[in-house]
Amino acid sequence: MNEHAEKKEKQGAADALRLQVASSPHLSNASFTTRRMMLDVLIALLPVIGMALYVFGMFAVKQILICLVSCLVAEALFTKMRKRPIPLDDGSATVTGVILALSLPGPAPWYVGVIASFVAIGIGKVLFGGLGMNIFNPAMVGRAFVMIAFAGSMAAAGYVDATSTVDAVTKATPLTLFQQAGVITPLKDLFLGTTNGSLGEVSALACIAGGLYLCIRRTASWEIPAGVITAVVVCGILAGISGPGTEWTVLHHLFGGALLFGAFFIATDPVTSPLAPKGKFIFGLGVGAIVMLLRLFSGYPEGVMFAVLLMNAITPLINRWMIPKPFGAVKEETKKAS
Amino acid sequence: MGLNLAGFEGSGSFSKGVHPPDHKEFSKDAPIEVLPAPSRVVVPLLQNIGAPSECVVKAKQEISMGDVIAKPTGFVSVPIHSPINGKVQKSTNVTLPNGRHVPAIPIKAEGDQLEGQALMEDVLGGEWPKDVAGSYDPKEISAAIQNAGIVGLGGATFPTHVKIMPNDERPVDALIINGCECEPFLTPDYRVMVEAADAVICGALLAAHAVGAKNIVVGIEANKPKAVQTMKQAAEGTGVKIAVLKTKYPQGSEKHLIVAVTGRKVPPGKLPLDVGVVVSNVGTMAAVARAVLRGKPLTHRVVCVTGGGIATPKNLLVPIGITYGELIDYCGGLKPDAARIISGGPMMGFSFTDLEMPLTKGASGVTVLTNEDVKKAAETACVRCGRCVDVCPLNLVPSRLAIASRNKKFDVAERYHIFTCVECGCCAYTCPASLPLVQLIRMGKAAITASRKK
Repeated sequence: MNEHAEKKEKQGAADALRLQVASSPHLSNASFTTRRMMLDVLIALLPVIGMALYVFGMFAVKQILICLVSCLVAEALFTKMRKRPIPLDDGSATVTGVILALSLPGPAPWYVGVIASFVAIGIGKVLFGGLGMNIFNPAMVGRAFVMIAFAGSMAAAGYVDATSTVDAVTKATPLTLFQQAGVITPLKDLFLGTTNGSLGEVSALACIAGGLYLCIRRTASWEIPAGVITAVVVCGILAGISGPGTEWTVLHHLFGGALLFGAFFIATDPVTSPLAPKGKFIFGLGVGAIVMLLRLFSGYPEGVMFAVLLMNAITPLINRWMIPKPFGAVKEETKKAS
Repeated sequence: MGLNLAGFEGSGSFSKGVHPPDHKEFSKDAPIEVLPAPSRVVVPLLQNIGAPSECVVKAKQEISMGDVIAKPTGFVSVPIHSPINGKVQKSTNVTLPNGRHVPAIPIKAEGDQLEGQALMEDVLGGEWPKDVAGSYDPKEISAAIQNAGIVGLGGATFPTHVKIMPNDERPVDALIINGCECEPFLTPDYRVMVEAADAVICGALLAAHAVGAKNIVVGIEANKPKAVQTMKQAAEGTGVKIAVLKTKYPQGSEKHLIVAVTGRKVPPGKLPLDVGVVVSNVGTMAAVARAVLRGKPLTHRVVCVTGGGIATPKNLLVPIGITYGELIDYCGGLKPDAARIISGGPMMGFSFTDLEMPLTKGASGVTVLTNEDVKKAAETACVRCGRCVDVCPLNLVPSRLAIASRNKKFDVAERYHIFTCVECGCCAYTCPASLPLVQLIRMGKAAITASRKK
């Protein structure tokens, strides 16, 4: 009896410790969270933002602030309407805001940024169920909306502000110059970024620096930019073979326009890209191929936004086709199983 | 880092997996101590994968250590033996850490007990001749293993005689001894390799003779240099090879150990035997040597009691059927910041709170984690980052499996090969959104299995 009482007491002491039970695994890698991922993206965007500030000055400051604040307000407003806890601290609205701003032309009027932000967060994300549930890249949804609704502020002319004192903004973008006048911008300018364009896209160097950081951190999957670049290089070479004589080379295609910004920062949005490595590469190839298709054959000088949105739409299909084969599985067996 | 092992094509590692902190420091340098004989043990009647055992003793019957108390009920089943001298009490039911309710036989200690150094000598000490395997008939070895009630001591608890038997249809060319111990915290296999390397090698030679394997390889992770050294010494002149493998979780998983050593991949749903390999754990090999050479059944095993929540972490030689509470008490009890008690290691072990639960053959230790260890960020939405895909050693898509299970879309879960999952925990360990991936996948598997039975 005594022994029993003693045991009871010991169990009581153990219970007093508030021992928990849970399903294994009992450890987790706390150093990497969703918030940390979003922070990584912002860190990677620093060189791009820096370059935007250097080239466009106050245009960049204004546009980034407008989009950032609008996205945060939109996120708070729309999640409140859905009666969900407001998830501003997860950092995803901040990332959307900054990427959206960087994809807009600096001189675009303030309401363009505000409307793009509300569409991005409201229709692009919250409507689908919030973070993780959206099919299309929210920033690109917002941009597509204003591109059509405010064509004047967003098309080629929107990039040029004749009254500006900022040198770059008084010229047309390199892709427009080439498409409309056949003017070839020097590669060095495209690489360093002393040209006109959307805020974030001008400097290939800054995009590569930030993009490499993202890939090394594994926050972005390297398979996606690798796919985009492969497709652009292959299409560029083919275009060069079929239409010789042009001085707009493969490198111009790579460093010009939003290609690298899109490849590293937009297409790599994990929510709207495939899950498995092979699928990611195919997704990247698709984005690159559509960009080249639009650049070479459409009326638009640039096609990154449409390419990403189109590939977003078929991401569920890619996921379905690209179910990875389990460890050790032989081909015949997977067929039988499915 | 290449394996450089003549005749083997493994790279010494496998793709994917994770690197959790190994935390072996708590107990790795504590020599195996013998737990003083307990006043009572409660021996569960199902301690293996397969059929339960059937009680063959009556209440108040006097028995000695090593007597059979339960007999096997099929081929994939084993006898169970008394770990102490004493008197059988009225049979009871116990709940094991894995949640199963099983009948159990309590035995009250009576009279003198084999304990202390004498028990140590009997189980792991003494001479382990390495030139006797050839003098045994393979069937004899297999029978001795079966009669000794040996199951896989690494945690899988598969009856060992089913693996270690002559097999004419599917020839075995390599016996791989698993000394990886890739679970963080756990150290019993390490201590057995350091302190009883001869017993392990002797058992491996006997087992290889029984299965007709020409090659014997012991796989040890590179974070255990001392074990590599003692095992190499013990293996000298026997032809047993030591493979030093990359330290990565789950290196000790059977399929991943095989690919790391031989380069062969065991397809889903197939056995190591299908690629000509048999795998067994180092502790199991020591038990095999004892069973064959000394005719002694499996009544004791080495466990560790470890973690930041335990006062004095130790490695102990303990009788099967001792309660977890007694082990914890012997190691100075729980510290105030103890948060979770786990049977086994933190990646795949089972947490429990009832300290009266008895230890079974497959339990390699008790890990007590602190509040700091189990701290976890709040669950957020899956952003499909694919990190779980990057680490899944079975090349599955864990987030898809888990979310399909949560939404009861079981056809999707099956299309994504849910039953290939071994619940190693790499995905949930890595998940930036802290999703309970393994738990959801387990629920999915259970629901699918239940619906198939209908």
